[in-house]
Amino acid sequence: MNVLVHLTYLGPLVAAILILFGFAPRRTAITGAVVALISSLILFLGYDHTAGGYQFASALPLVPAWDLKFYVGVDGLNATLLFLTSLVALAAAWLSPRTEENLHRYMACVMAIAAGAAGAFASLDLFFFYAFHELALIPTFLMIGIWGTGNRQAAAWKITIYLSVGSIILLVGLIGLYLMVPDKDRTFDIVKLQAMAAHGVFTGSSANWVFLLLLFGFGTLVSLFPFHTWAPQAYAAAPVPVAMLHAGVLKKFGLYGLLRLALPLMPQAAHDFTWLLLTLLVGNIIFVGLATISQKQLDLTLGYSSVMHMGYIFLGLASTNLIGVNGAALLMLAHGLSIAALFAISGELRKQTGTLDYRDLGGLAKSMPLLSFLFGLALYASIGLPGFANFASELLVFFGAFKTATPGAAFNGYQIATVCALWGLVISAVYMLRAYRSIFFGDRPSRWVNVKDVTLGLGWPVVLLLAGLIFFGFAPQAVLQKIEPGMALFWK
Amino acid sequence: MSPILLELIVLTLGLALLLVESFADRLNRNTIAIIGIIGLALVFLLLQFGGFSSTAVAGYTQDKAALFFKKFALVTTIIVLIMSIDYSDTVRKFVHGITPQAGIGEFYSLPILTCAGLMWMASATDFILIFISLELVTVSFYTLVAFTRRNPSSLEAGAKYLILGALSTGFFIYGITWIYGVTQNTNLTAIAKVLPSIPASDQNGLLFGAMLVLVGLGFKVAAAPFQFWVPDVYQGAPTPITAFLSVGSKAAGFIVLLRVLEAFQSLPAVESKLSFAIVLLAAATLVYGNLAALPQTNFKRLMAYSSIGHAGYLLMAVASFGALDAGLAVVVYLAAYLLMTLLSFIVLIIVAKNSEGDDITHFNGLSKRSPFLAFSLLIAMASLAGVPLTAGFLGKFLVFKVAFESQQFLLIVVAIITVGCGFYYYLKVVRAMYWQTTTGTQTAIPVSLLSTITIGALVVLIFLFGIFPQLGAGLLS
Repeated sequence: MNVLVHLTYLGPLVAAILILFGFAPRRTAITGAVVALISSLILFLGYDHTAGGYQFASALPLVPAWDLKFYVGVDGLNATLLFLTSLVALAAAWLSPRTEENLHRYMACVMAIAAGAAGAFASLDLFFFYAFHELALIPTFLMIGIWGTGNRQAAAWKITIYLSVGSIILLVGLIGLYLMVPDKDRTFDIVKLQAMAAHGVFTGSSANWVFLLLLFGFGTLVSLFPFHTWAPQAYAAAPVPVAMLHAGVLKKFGLYGLLRLALPLMPQAAHDFTWLLLTLLVGNIIFVGLATISQKQLDLTLGYSSVMHMGYIFLGLASTNLIGVNGAALLMLAHGLSIAALFAISGELRKQTGTLDYRDLGGLAKSMPLLSFLFGLALYASIGLPGFANFASELLVFFGAFKTATPGAAFNGYQIATVCALWGLVISAVYMLRAYRSIFFGDRPSRWVNVKDVTLGLGWPVVLLLAGLIFFGFAPQAVLQKIEPGMALFWK
Repeated sequence: MSPILLELIVLTLGLALLLVESFADRLNRNTIAIIGIIGLALVFLLLQFGGFSSTAVAGYTQDKAALFFKKFALVTTIIVLIMSIDYSDTVRKFVHGITPQAGIGEFYSLPILTCAGLMWMASATDFILIFISLELVTVSFYTLVAFTRRNPSSLEAGAKYLILGALSTGFFIYGITWIYGVTQNTNLTAIAKVLPSIPASDQNGLLFGAMLVLVGLGFKVAAAPFQFWVPDVYQGAPTPITAFLSVGSKAAGFIVLLRVLEAFQSLPAVESKLSFAIVLLAAATLVYGNLAALPQTNFKRLMAYSSIGHAGYLLMAVASFGALDAGLAVVVYLAAYLLMTLLSFIVLIIVAKNSEGDDITHFNGLSKRSPFLAFSLLIAMASLAGVPLTAGFLGKFLVFKVAFESQQFLLIVVAIITVGCGFYYYLKVVRAMYWQTTTGTQTAIPVSLLSTITIGALVVLIFLFGIFPQLGAGLLS
């Protein structure tokens, strides 16, 4: 059964290689993604949360002297993320253009991104955890530069520099983490590192430094304010599958890293820097939120909104209690599904109309009823209306963060941040509804009369993503019960 | 059997090929290169599977590091010879003789003599031997750098290299005399034994000598502030020789530096000052190499500055000499550096031949003209920038690790910034190849079978070292 974990990244990876060797790009990519989806679904359903711990694990020792091995396995958290990865990968593969210059390389890059993301989530060894993520970044950079739209070169340039520097900071932080362990016990094994945390290995002044390095390293990858400016431009310029995969999945790597390493291993350092994280995440929610309102194009609005929503996940991470981190983990899934759906819809819209500028669009609900319906659902999910997974998870985040008050004390930082975050919901309602209104309602310029609607044959991946959002919105417990045993080891 | 035999074989091979050059007029000169490649490959196999006795001769060690650097020199020379075959048309254009093939044979056989010098240096533990082998290397480089003598920039490079090389030799030998004056020895093992008993009053003289040696080696490894010669020489020299200089010469400098530092370990008072000087050198080299690389538009010049930058990372590992794996970090970094630098240069030679120039703009649209070359260069650039799953990452990883272990926080902060710069300027090449459209010639680029195999092998090795770190970790065992 352990081969299942390997299939989640090998499916897309083998597909990518076969495509480069001349196999039919579209069919091979979709096959690879389906293989990954089926295996990750079995992993997710098959994970036994009553037993807890890491399951389906397999390890191949590489450098025994450093305790470096190729080690994969899942607990509830990364099983969920693997499921998200393969679902979005399938949708991205399906929605990739059918006729594109160098379609082979295009699809191979898409699959390489999916493979890198899945590998990073599946790895329980620091070395490969880091390496797989970079494997996904390189094709991301290339694709934005080659097949992007608009100001693609500047966008590709910026995302490359930001994320590369972020990765190097992260690398130094991870090396620091590795070296904090006493000489004879040094290991790259994440499971062992987590076990060591209980013995107070990661404390003292060096823990503060390592924590900061990890926070800013992972933070840059997740577009933590003020290191977020790469994201909106890059997503606006990126080809649709790349925007879906990066905003939906790959960006979660940074959050996953914080949730897996930085926070549980160094709780004291995390506690000492709570003020910093809270300040920055309010920047994400309020500052970036206001910036989002002023956007005039749908792709930029979505790019900024995805940066803004990271603030909520950070709030959940900062809350340091089980409710909050559970909410953050669920929100990672919910945000991944909803932003991927939104980027997919905006891609279809651009394909039909050639523009995403609010000033050019209007009244499209008449020409494109199905697309506008799907967009409506996705945007309600993104705002966080009840019934969608976003609502369930944001609720948990707010409860968790607000709860961290000291009884009897005055209003503390957590509560201020929570209040700001609640106001942030209003901001996101403003810009999303504004986008909805200016694209789908109002006067319909005559040139949009004959615009074709999407068919279900093309749009079903979006339906699938939205169905996931609704399902987990009504049954968040399906995810939470899987995640909880892993989280309960470190949070109460 | 002693490995000295191998140096003798290589030396004989080089001299024999020179004789062939002189007497066999009609022989196709590429045959000389092929014989050279096969001969060196045989020596490599002999070294790999020969089973050498490790009885030490005075001033000549056969430890694992020495064996590694010998293999390193052999591989580098083989690949340089393969590049030279692709480059021979250019050599022919700038060297006029009575026959059309005049000089080409020398161009193929001189690197083999250099290789003998490099191999010797890997084992030398006596200052005199080190000096002689270093000169054997440097003197053959003087000739090679200025080899395309009708090309003014090659001549200019030759003159600059000669003057600064001679200057650095002066520093080096003067440093040796000071060390000899204090310790009465030139043998590093003997020096290490004598050092603890040196009275404090003599330590300043010793430090002065060691600093002079450091300056001399600083020139060889292209460390700032002794890097002035690098950009012009690298740009002007024939491209295979540039590759040889940036890989072989640098590796030689580092093996000597490691041996000298090892000897000085026994006198911490001097060693700590020496280490501090190396920290400063490393920081200056990192900053200078990487910042100056940012605005470059010529690929060879870019590689020159990047070679300075990489010297900085290597010095960072040397500065962390106290850490457990510092030697391994240097070795792994050099191995990775060999693969990715030679890969870049071999692609450069082929592209430059077909585009009439070696500016970065000449790489525009390479992904359309030759997807194979573009992909290979992409891998080389990714590895030079330090992207995981490539050899370059393993090197950077180990360098950061040992720097962390010996608490070189200044260097770590500097290196984080310079790695970021690295991404920027290596990406410029990737951008040209993939994101921009061709301005000049559109024709596909032919690649010879030998070059295809070499490029393919280098790409595969870069991946293998990146994906299986045990290969790198096992280099010294």
